[in-house]
Amino acid sequence: MIHTSSNTSMMRKPVDSRIPLALVALGVCCLLAGSYWGLARAPSEIFMGDVQRIMYVHVPTAWNAMLTLVFAFTCALLFLFTNDWKWDNRLEGAIEVGVVLSLLLCIQGSIWAKPTWGVWWDWDPRLTTTAVMVCAFGGILALRAFVEDPMKRAVWSAVCCIVASADVPIVYFSVKWWNSLHQAQSSPETVSKAFHWPLRINAFGILFLWTGFVMLRSRIAALRLRSELAPPIPASAGTEAAGAAPAGAAL
Amino acid sequence: MSELVAAVRKDLLLHWRGRIQAVAIFAFGASALLLFSFAIGPDSLALRQYAAGFLWLGLLLASTLTLAESFEREMEEQALEGLLLLPASPTSLYYGKALANWALLALLGVALVPVMVVLYDAGTMRLLPLLGIIVLGTAGLSAPGTLYAAMTAQTRSRQTLLPLLFFPLVVPVLLAAVKATSLLILGDPMGQLRPWAMLLFLFDAIQWSLGGLLFGRVLED
Repeated sequence: MIHTSSNTSMMRKPVDSRIPLALVALGVCCLLAGSYWGLARAPSEIFMGDVQRIMYVHVPTAWNAMLTLVFAFTCALLFLFTNDWKWDNRLEGAIEVGVVLSLLLCIQGSIWAKPTWGVWWDWDPRLTTTAVMVCAFGGILALRAFVEDPMKRAVWSAVCCIVASADVPIVYFSVKWWNSLHQAQSSPETVSKAFHWPLRINAFGILFLWTGFVMLRSRIAALRLRSELAPPIPASAGTEAAGAAPAGAAL
Repeated sequence: MSELVAAVRKDLLLHWRGRIQAVAIFAFGASALLLFSFAIGPDSLALRQYAAGFLWLGLLLASTLTLAESFEREMEEQALEGLLLLPASPTSLYYGKALANWALLALLGVALVPVMVVLYDAGTMRLLPLLGIIVLGTAGLSAPGTLYAAMTAQTRSRQTLLPLLFFPLVVPVLLAAVKATSLLILGDPMGQLRPWAMLLFLFDAIQWSLGGLLFGRVLED
């Protein structure tokens, strides 16, 4: 069933693409500044040396991947409660960006793990649950590609997102529960002050970047939904249009 | 409560009347256990070491057949729409089907244990904890599997979609169940069984609660 709010939301003008593009540009600037600070100005870590510098993208990516998937979960809940299409559009964008960020997280983690742990991958609960999260949310993207009915697609992907989100707290707390190979979450008290600013700048950079991407992606989803839910063109109009088309168009 | 009992009874009766299907699924699981051993070869020590993994993989593959079948029947002659017209809540229908699937999967797990013992020489005398792990593990397969089967049964590409959604979600179940079963077969000197059983219990509690809450929306048109 589609409530009134769904229809009004569908008719709403999609977001102006200038705001998300500005956010993406701001994110890139922050990332450049933070990475320069982290790579060129911040001191090396005493035990790991320069290898530790990957932390300036790995940790902000981890924070933002979690944040994106929590946002996707919120969109899923809000869609189920309000039936407003805008939340489905945002859900699509958030899941896509969240999966990409989680994949990047796994890749960066592997690059860091090889010189520090001696292996590319370890079946540590935190790594395992992150990989599971990627697959579970990736499956939702596949589901969206398979289902043609927009309403079913929206409800089912919201349901699957809520179910898959049950995995996110397990990922987050697994370090504390199992006390395994992966180090515990850092806090400003456990990280040297010299490392704070590049971490913070990059964290905000990725935050601006994914916010811009989600806005752009949900704009595309809104435009696609508008064409999917648009009434079919009357047969007579279609014939006229075909008749009026130049001969070359038929080819 | 009476709705739930009636729903469980209906689904168990369906399983009983289609028991030839359950036998076929058991044969599928047993064949899978036989085929998995080809990956290792005739190394009896290695076979024993990986037996728990093979058991749960066989059970996982067989579970997709059971779960998909449980909703295929409801799609015939639009039986599901008839069920929704009954004065019963979708939550009762969900728990009825999930409980019946759980019972069937647990039975399948128990039936596959002797096959594993014979093929891999991987026995244990701790039968009650093993039964507990099978019950917890199959509960973790049944709850999300029933919810996803309800969705995928309504699509054209159901054979592809169900494993695609279901497998990644139940990886925690697979990991915990394999580890716990391995500890029972190979010994548990560090007392690690309880944390893995707790993980299974936690996953089950979350998935069974979510399934009941969300099932009504999945069936809406």
